[in-house]
Amino acid sequence: MIEGEVSPVGEVGIVSYGAYVPHFRITPDEIGKVWGVDGKAMGKGLMITSKSVPSPDEDTVTIAVEAARNMMSRSAVDPKEIGALYVGSESHPYAVKPTGTIVAEAIEAAPNLTVADFEFACKAGTAAIQTCMGLVGSGMVRYAVAVGADTSQGAPGDALEYSASAGGAAFLIGKEKVIASIDTTYSYTTDTPDFWRREGQLYPRHGGRFTGEPAYFKHVLNGGKGLLEKTETKPTDFAYAVFHQPNGKFPTRVAKQLGFKEEQVRAGMLVSQIGNTYSGAVPLGLAAILDEANPGDRIFAVAYGSGAGSDAFDITVTDEMSRYPKDRAPTLRQLMANPKYLDYATYAKFKGKIVRGRD
Amino acid sequence: MRRVGIIGIGITEFGELWDSSFRKIGISAGLAAVEDANISAEHIDALYVGNMSAGRFIRQEHVGALIADYSGLAKGHIPATRVEAAGASGGLALRQGFLAVASGMNDIVVVGGAEKMTDVSDVESSLIQSSAADQEWETELGVTFAGLHSLIATRHMHEYGTTREQLADVAVKNHRHGSLNPKAQFRREISRDVVLKSPMVSSPLRMFDCAPSSDGAAAVVLCPFEMAGKHAEMPIEIVGSGQASDSLALHHRRDICTMDATRLAAKRAFKMAGLRQKDVSVAEVHDNFTISEILAIEDLGFFSKGEGGKATEDGRTALEGDVAVNSSGGLKARGDPIGATGVAQAVEIVTQLRGKADERQVKDASVGLTQNVGGTGATVVVHLFRREM
Amino acid sequence: MATAPRFWRENPSRYNMVGFKCNSCGRYNFPPRTICPVCRRKSVGRIEPVKLKGTGKIFSLTETHEGMDTQNVQKPYVVAMVELDEGAMVTGQVIDCDASELRIGTKVRIALRKLSEEGTAGVIHYGYKFTLVRDGPDGPGDE
Repeated sequence: MIEGEVSPVGEVGIVSYGAYVPHFRITPDEIGKVWGVDGKAMGKGLMITSKSVPSPDEDTVTIAVEAARNMMSRSAVDPKEIGALYVGSESHPYAVKPTGTIVAEAIEAAPNLTVADFEFACKAGTAAIQTCMGLVGSGMVRYAVAVGADTSQGAPGDALEYSASAGGAAFLIGKEKVIASIDTTYSYTTDTPDFWRREGQLYPRHGGRFTGEPAYFKHVLNGGKGLLEKTETKPTDFAYAVFHQPNGKFPTRVAKQLGFKEEQVRAGMLVSQIGNTYSGAVPLGLAAILDEANPGDRIFAVAYGSGAGSDAFDITVTDEMSRYPKDRAPTLRQLMANPKYLDYATYAKFKGKIVRGRD
Repeated sequence: MRRVGIIGIGITEFGELWDSSFRKIGISAGLAAVEDANISAEHIDALYVGNMSAGRFIRQEHVGALIADYSGLAKGHIPATRVEAAGASGGLALRQGFLAVASGMNDIVVVGGAEKMTDVSDVESSLIQSSAADQEWETELGVTFAGLHSLIATRHMHEYGTTREQLADVAVKNHRHGSLNPKAQFRREISRDVVLKSPMVSSPLRMFDCAPSSDGAAAVVLCPFEMAGKHAEMPIEIVGSGQASDSLALHHRRDICTMDATRLAAKRAFKMAGLRQKDVSVAEVHDNFTISEILAIEDLGFFSKGEGGKATEDGRTALEGDVAVNSSGGLKARGDPIGATGVAQAVEIVTQLRGKADERQVKDASVGLTQNVGGTGATVVVHLFRREM
Repeated sequence: MATAPRFWRENPSRYNMVGFKCNSCGRYNFPPRTICPVCRRKSVGRIEPVKLKGTGKIFSLTETHEGMDTQNVQKPYVVAMVELDEGAMVTGQVIDCDASELRIGTKVRIALRKLSEEGTAGVIHYGYKFTLVRDGPDGPGDE
């Protein structure tokens, strides 16, 4: 077991943020009908009423770009001042060829920056945030961008199919005009094979109930406790909390175990409407909290990635938030409005689950 | 400039010619034209071949030489030139032949047009056709060739109140004309209802608003008009030739409801001929889509802008109307083997002016017009033809 | 068939709607050209590359049912000719909406999407498509 921590790096924080969620949805009921499963009950158990579905012309690149563009349209920072850009995802469209280069071109940050793609199951986005904090905190770069985005896959008929969805959020990390300072981050990492996808495989595999106690709960609880200890805080010190949300049940239980109340967790809980956005999950939950948080509000965030590890953050909204032009990009509430619901056949077609003959 | 006459015409059947290769159909039309002109190979000074995309349809470029070779003209080593302007390739080949004779460079010139479209899949065929539009800024963005014409139709309906029924009437009329043409791909009449209930291709255009994919070829033989009498009983003179271009992409046009290239090519041809619109009794226009015929009859000056739909609905473009438009059945019913189309239009006009169009004969036809379009109007060629009085 | 370079060199315009302004006549146009189609020689040396905002209004539209193979899974899909706020005209697909939500004059903005891909092993081409400008949770922003 490797237990590690990342030290705080001073006055580093979020300068801007942006989010993106696809337009389409499918309900657990609709999926269940196809597989002879009581989808309504399944949805109730998972606390998911619908999940987002990417359009056939969307992938992690397009989601990351839309989120990053929303982030840039709320900021006056010249994209040429961005020195690093990292995209965390478990569904990069290319096995070899970075997602990040396309994002960097699309926000006109290229060519004077360093770019790489991250992978750590569902916490690749928060790992990117930590890396950006290090680079900005050390003075290596003035601004850095971290994106968490996914178009996650669930094999047809598998339990994952009821939750695996798509979305992403992007964060501009810097030291100037910080709207939310990231005061401390703490990570907890072990080698735990709860969920994986081998090279060349279309769908991930998972350990069923093994993904619960020894994986999600152990890492999120240890990550959360570690952060509380390190910052010498208690749950009541925080206005908001967001946890990785593979379903509604896990984060609800983990919040309770750590001592957080429902009203602290509500704003960042998007899973019931959009499903598990994987690398997008905590980034999107955090974006939803920033949409409504006020100066002085403290945010507790713990991301989880299978394999396994957790990244915990202690974030405080600054006075700069009152001058931040939030309305230059859509809020999560706006992004999630007016969805279009798909039937399973269309969903299967959109997700490429129907094998088509080609010329 | 010398006057130019047409002394021979030839055309293959249009349609899905499964048994015939590109070279076979190209040669059949040419031989028929040469036979009609009553000349032999050694008289021919030059060959022009209109062809859009043999390279993609049959993976053969260099089709000028190919047609010359298989026509038995290789031994004479005549100049053989392939002309390409997408859908206007045939009309443009005719214009090149016309210029060669008018300039005094050549005496007897054969102009052919040919396309073999059915050796590729429908998907491939529509991709090839859409390369007539702006590949980088239209096609790659997902718009089809039919889609571009639908953008025109949507806008024409919006600006002028052209109705869906009026568009259908173009197809109904052209199918009626095609039913009288033994060379036509579709020889049966259709009702308005058939058009309106046919599958949607790209709204508002449906399957029966679109010309089919076809195989076919056509050819004409040109010579100086003063020599024409020696070869033909009734030589037909090309009295006007006009060509114009416009932006490649539809979205760069001054007005997408007007093909400026048609207006200017027509203006130039009418000026050269010293004729006016009312002199024309029969016209073959480029109805690759029903909306295209509406635009054509407006932009050629037969009807005012916005009134093409109403004129069609009122029967003013039928065989017995003010001007008989597409007596052959047009691209819609006769068929549209792309490179052959412009030449086939000339074949129909010559047939009409000779008075040999049988059941579809336009009464007292003495002046005819052809309008041949490349892309969505980036190239337009207009010719005027006259029978000696 | 390797077409990656053909697409790659147009990325600034495909990703970010880089067009140009002719400083002779003041008109905006898309995509970039060597000379202004209106001013011709007068525009030599006066062509300025400009990133267009990517917002505009639908000028004409069609819902395509028989489309390109690349769009097969999205059929029917909407294609529109869009008059950008700067005055330039462009053509593109309109995504994430039903044709019934759109008419001439509807406000749209660009979004980056996959345009096509060279099979499952080849390069993926990204570029602009249009999406409805929704003023908020309430619906489309018509004029």
